[in-house]
Amino acid sequence: MAHLELKSIGKSFRNNQVLKDLSLAVETGEILVIFGPSGTGKTVLLRLIAGVEQPSDGSLAIDGFDMSGIPPERRNIGMAFQNFALFPHLSAYENIASPLRARGERQAAIDDRVHGVARLLKIDHVLSHAPRELSNGQKQRTALARALAASPKLLLLDDPLRNVDAKLRFEMRLELPRLLRTAGSTVLYVTQDYKEAMALGDRIAVLENGSFVQVGTPEEIYAQPATLAVARLFGDPTINVAEATISASGLMASIGHEAIELGSSYAGHAGKTVAVGIRPEAVRLSSSGRSIEAEVMAVTPLNERIVLLLKSTGDLEFLASLPAAGINAPAPASKVRAWFDPERVHLFDRETGLRLRPGRAEEQAA
Amino acid sequence: MDHTSTFEKIVRGVLIALVLVFFLFPIFWIVLMSFQTNETILRIPPSFFFEPTIANYQALITGTLKTAAGNLDIAFMRNLGNSILLSTAAVILSLLLGVPAAYAFARFRFRLGEDIAFTLLSFRFAPPLLVLLPLSLYFKQLGLTNTYFGLVWVYQLICLPLILWIVRGYFEDISPDIEHAYRIAGNSWWKTFRKIAIPLARPGIAAAGLLAFIFAWNNFVFALILASADKQPVTVGALAFVTASGIQYGQIAAAIVLSITPTLALALYAQRYLVEGLSLGAVKG
Repeated sequence: MAHLELKSIGKSFRNNQVLKDLSLAVETGEILVIFGPSGTGKTVLLRLIAGVEQPSDGSLAIDGFDMSGIPPERRNIGMAFQNFALFPHLSAYENIASPLRARGERQAAIDDRVHGVARLLKIDHVLSHAPRELSNGQKQRTALARALAASPKLLLLDDPLRNVDAKLRFEMRLELPRLLRTAGSTVLYVTQDYKEAMALGDRIAVLENGSFVQVGTPEEIYAQPATLAVARLFGDPTINVAEATISASGLMASIGHEAIELGSSYAGHAGKTVAVGIRPEAVRLSSSGRSIEAEVMAVTPLNERIVLLLKSTGDLEFLASLPAAGINAPAPASKVRAWFDPERVHLFDRETGLRLRPGRAEEQAA
Repeated sequence: MDHTSTFEKIVRGVLIALVLVFFLFPIFWIVLMSFQTNETILRIPPSFFFEPTIANYQALITGTLKTAAGNLDIAFMRNLGNSILLSTAAVILSLLLGVPAAYAFARFRFRLGEDIAFTLLSFRFAPPLLVLLPLSLYFKQLGLTNTYFGLVWVYQLICLPLILWIVRGYFEDISPDIEHAYRIAGNSWWKTFRKIAIPLARPGIAAAGLLAFIFAWNNFVFALILASADKQPVTVGALAFVTASGIQYGQIAAAIVLSITPTLALALYAQRYLVEGLSLGAVKG
């Protein structure tokens, strides 16, 4: 049975519809990342699940129980807020202890648990401090510790790494998965950092303009993005996008004066103008197959890879990202031959942005 | 501010001293007057050197004023008691009503909410006399004239809007997420209000309570019209010193000193609550 189930949830503030018809089932113990650009209603969704806001439409169930009318204090949830929301008049210890105190646990048990969680998060030396005396990183860990303290069945984390510096964010990104597995809770993790989403999520739900555009494993989302927008959000450097026309056979696409191979037949879309997306990682410097000639415009090293800005003889500009090891980076202004991996060429509808499936016209209709 | 020169420091000191002298001199003079007899007070030119006397305080505390024309009863201590009772009761009632109302106005959007809040504030715009005439008629009919309860009720016109508007601002400054976090931790709405909202708004509540107390204490006209001698506060009671045989300056001064003492003490006591909350860095740094 799904631990958390959203059934056609919608939320409007006055005439402004923030969330539309969201349905989703999250399994017990799963880490689901809700990913999306800012202003897409991610935080609102968490608030609905926590019960501090009520949905305008639809309903949600936790452990199969309908949550309409159930106040937040009876939902057995832990939540960490983006702005930490620590209680400024209580010490870090009391902040972390608050969910345990609310359950009326004995002082010895509270002591044990608070120190245990604090040790795990490396804040046991600042437990007596007031929130204003903590650094941002310590505040963030205290907020996380408070959410984890009562071992809630459902953990809601609202972009907890947003307000911490880059170094700590990187450390926490490494520590969090282990921490969340130890907690054993079902986790909903909101972020707008795609690397965080890929690193933490069992599955990722991509939220855009108040709707889920794709829900899937990180690999699925990366390899088979449902829309052009999703393809653009995941990946660094971003995916190359160009306008293309599909050949009559459905096996080729022409981009301006260039023609590239497609992995399978898109006969159903023959003659159609589409948006073609090719990740920079899917570009090889090779003269095999149908390669195109291009001039190197710029070379930028990016960690373990080299990013090239290429311009084909047919005036098509695109990025290529190559592993730095084992190749000689071409010099700027030199000529190379570039080959696009046909299996990794994505086609999207120009109007709707939806990914096109290969196949004949009849199959498309069905 | 690191580059203040000695010259600047001196100028600042002198200016602050001037302002303090300007505002505090009358109080200083009143304190001097309260230890003098009418004769030394009215002497021209006035003098800083005189034989101090505690006769004025004696007269106020014992309640009998010995004048050339004979003995005169003064109800000053009773007035002072009335002032303390009325102001304290009015502020307590206002806090009980106003703090939850301020929270409601700060947190919930409801129909006519803003209008109601503004109407309450507008009580402060109207001249008290405008309200007093019809009010005194109603009070007669209801039997509230010359009762403590009636006066405390009328004092709500002074205290309630003040507390409502000041405390509301403090509640609005508390991030709702802090309250949400406490509720998600497993606490009821009521407990969250008591344990989170009230403590975090405490400096605002203290400031509003103190201001309301001072305003209620200084009120003159409501009590003048709605109460008779035995229920009147010091502000009205001081009129008694204007007697047939002349104005008793010494006693007036002593009465003033006695009647500003409670508010002064309260202000000094409340000061730490006023400062305390300002240093609570609430959410993110």
